[in-house]
This record gives sequence, structure tokens and C-alpha cells, in this order.
Amino acid sequence: MRRVAVVGVGLTKFGENWDHSFRDLITEAGIRALADANMSGADIDALYGGTMAAGRLIGQEHITALIADYMGLNPIPATRVEAACASGSVALRTGYMAVASGIHDHVVVGGVEKMTDVSTGEVASALGGAGDQEWELFMGATFPSLYALMAKRHMHEYGTTEEQMAQVAVKNHYNAARNKYAQYQKEITLETVMKSKVVSSPLKVFDCSPITDGAAVAILAPLEQARKYTDTPIEIVASAQASDKLALHSRESITRLDATMIAAKKAYAQANVEPKDIKVAEVHDCFTIAEIMAIEDLGFCRKGEGGKMTADGATALNSKISINTSGGLKGCGHPVGATGVKQIAEIVWQLRGQAEKRQVTGAEIGLTHNVGGSGATCVVHILKRTN
Amino acid sequence: MMNSSPSSWRRIPERYCLIGTSCETCKANYFPPRLICPKCRRKGKMVDKQYSGIGKVYSYSLVNVPPSGFEIEAPYVLALIELEEGPHLTAQVVDCEEKDVSIGAPVRMVFRKIQESGPHGLIHYGFKFVLSK
Repeated sequence: MRRVAVVGVGLTKFGENWDHSFRDLITEAGIRALADANMSGADIDALYGGTMAAGRLIGQEHITALIADYMGLNPIPATRVEAACASGSVALRTGYMAVASGIHDHVVVGGVEKMTDVSTGEVASALGGAGDQEWELFMGATFPSLYALMAKRHMHEYGTTEEQMAQVAVKNHYNAARNKYAQYQKEITLETVMKSKVVSSPLKVFDCSPITDGAAVAILAPLEQARKYTDTPIEIVASAQASDKLALHSRESITRLDATMIAAKKAYAQANVEPKDIKVAEVHDCFTIAEIMAIEDLGFCRKGEGGKMTADGATALNSKISINTSGGLKGCGHPVGATGVKQIAEIVWQLRGQAEKRQVTGAEIGLTHNVGGSGATCVVHILKRTN
Repeated sequence: MMNSSPSSWRRIPERYCLIGTSCETCKANYFPPRLICPKCRRKGKMVDKQYSGIGKVYSYSLVNVPPSGFEIEAPYVLALIELEEGPHLTAQVVDCEEKDVSIGAPVRMVFRKIQESGPHGLIHYGFKFVLSK
């Protein structure tokens, strides 16, 4: 296996991008990533694209053919991968495997979702497809309600509070206010979260990630060639993925994600690091309870102490471990298929020292954690600055 | 919603009568039914199992923002129910307020309308749960 580096990244502004179509978004992010890598389209050997629900949200399938076409990359092979909200990370991992194996040298990985062309109800139904259509959605479950079931049980088993969950949103908005790509570049108070409308108890509007348009692109190359394209190659030192039962009701526990724990264990072993070596991480905070469970499952604190760790400020910018410096899904926005690749872009900027007002001092190793649905797919990547 | 006539009809035993499966090899019970036992795989032998419909609340939430098709019912309590035979399932808890529901509360199955496929479409029935007195 060859060692693989990220040599370029690019994002669009995340938000309600009424004047940008699906193809506009991914093309804009792609141009930025290629410029960042000092590459031309002629250098690219293959494309992997992650999107969750383009068929439901814009009526378009065959999206990687569209992307290759509009990015001017024909006739390279262009392949779509789908794993709900983890589509971006699974696309990245697929690209990583293609480069590591030696099948392709220079790979472009894109993640994109265009979510504001349909009504909120249609978005909710489309996202519901990440759960079990016949046995969860049919009964009236929504994605907020599935995470609400986890939150209620976490509160029951570990004493986690609504205030502790709200602190996740406050922290992530603080970080998003320092990220020019973020959907919500505005700080909020605990009171704002606590007084917001209940979506599915105990989760309120400000516990939930928003509906977002956006795209993210990363360019991968063999590490040994990476210095041709960048002075600061960021090596992918671990790429791990795990699956679990699709429906919450089929799992042994709903206060942890076994797929996260398994992927994390494999990733730490591949990278030969421990949780304490990670100083910056982008974790999957589709709902505030998801971040609390993630920092526990990734080993940043003991099980059940994620709420306390957050309330103590130990996950804030430049604290013990800086979690979701981009603003996370909550503050930066969650264009579902784009999120996994955006997490990679954020960690690349952190490790290069280019994260501007949200820079983590001395960041050398970073982690990304991306979840599909309510945890049936989890992907963990560990990135390291090469000296 | 993805609820055509055949997709609805073929789930009648499970949704009307709580028929799941049980593995004769490892004795594990499953609901919804599975064709193979995830633990024993091809060494397992799956047989139908009728569940009693008696259980308790494992977790719950009051859904204020419903998906399409459930607007008229919101707000409603969605729950994970732990059946007395072991398996968990997702269902609504009805004929009560959120404040009456708690983790561990005993419940029993009732047969109710779940949703309609539009004003002229199929009516889908199945299980919901009520608090046991």
C-alpha cells in the first residue's frame, strides 16, 4: 500500500445558496481545490462523489457523470458512493483506497448536497431514508426524533442534561462565527438554545443542524509525489469504517454508536496514536447529543461524561481538545453529502496553520468522524502534517 | 411516502399481529422479522414467533415537527418499546400526554390506523401502544 496525502481542498460557502445549483456548487468547490493543489483538470485520474439524496432533493441521479462533465474532467471514471450523511467520508475513503492501491495517482473526491430547492417536509422525508423506512419512518419517526430517543436514554442512564447539550450548540456557533464558510457566523447564548422551540423532546431547534446547500472537494495523491503540488502535504494516516444495525431498535445500546467505537479503534491502531494525541477533531454533531456521544465513543472522555466535558469547556477552541472548530454540522451547516469532505478540509487547514481566527495552536494530528443515519455507518480518518 | 399496495399488504402479519421471528439455534428473538439470524447466519434456523404485545417504554420523545403524512397527528409520542420477549421496536404511544410517559412504564399493543396515502389512497393500519393501567 502506498501512503496517501491530501494536496488540495476547496469549499463553497455553506448556507441557503438560492442562486447556486447542484452543479454550480460542486464545480466551484472543485475549482478551488484544484487551484489549492496547483493542479489542472488534466492531472486528475479519477473522481469519487458523495451525495445522499440528489434523487429526492433535485430529481437528479447519475451525479458523478454530471460532475465530471461540468468540471471538464471527461473521460475519467466518475463513481458515486452513498452512505447517507457519511457519503462524503465514504467517497474520501474510496478515493484513498484507489490511490493507496496504486490503481489511480491523482483523485478528486467531492461531496455535495443541494437541499433548499424543495420544501422542509420533503427534505425531512428524504433524510428519513437514512433510517429504516418500513419500521421507523412508517411509524412516524423523524431524524430529530431518533436522536431524541438517544438523548432521552442518555439523560436517563448518565444524568446528561439539556443544558449540557445546549452547550454543544453554543460552542459550535462560537467557532462558526470565526469561519467565513459557515452558515451561521453568529454567536449564541445558552438561553437562546434553551428557549428555542422543541422539535422532538428533548431536542430543540438549536440542538439540530440546519438544512444547507454546499459542496466540498479534496484532492488526493501518493505522499511520495505530494511535494510537487504543495509545501505542506497532509497525510491520511488512518481510514476506518464500520457498519451497524440500520434501525435504533435493533441495537444493543442507543447511548453509544458501536460503529464509531469500532472504526475509532481501528483508526487509532492504523495511525499508531491514542485519543490523547488528538488535539483537533471534527465530529458528527447532526444533533447536540450526537457530539456528546461522539466524544465519548472516540475515547476523548469516559462513557457518560461527554456532557460534563462539554459544559466544563474542555472541548472549546484551544482547550484540552478543540472539537468542531469549523462550527460543526450545527454551526457551519450540514449539506449532507458534503459534510465528510468538509471535515477533511477543516482538519487540513488546521494542520497547515491556515485556520485563521479559529486556529488551534500547534495542531499536528487531527481526526474526522462522520456518521451515516443514526449510526449504521461510521467513518473515522486521522490526518497528520508531514515534516 | 413509499407505501404502495404490495408493500403494505406483505407487512400485514407483522404490523397487524406482531409476528416476528425466532432463531431455534441460539433462541434469540427478532422483531421486525429477519430471514437469517445475524448471530448464527446460515447455522441458524428461523421460525415465526407471535409476540404478546406486552412491554415497557425503553425511550420516548414528543414529536412536534412531523414528517409528511403525520401532520394531523402531531404532536405525538414516539417510543422505543422493549417487548417482554426481548426485542425492541419503534411505535407511537397513544391516548396519553407526554407527561404520563416515562422510561420503564408498562405498555400494551393496540391496533390502530398509522397513516393514509393521501385522501383517496390506502389506509395503513398497524400497532401502536397504550400505557397499561
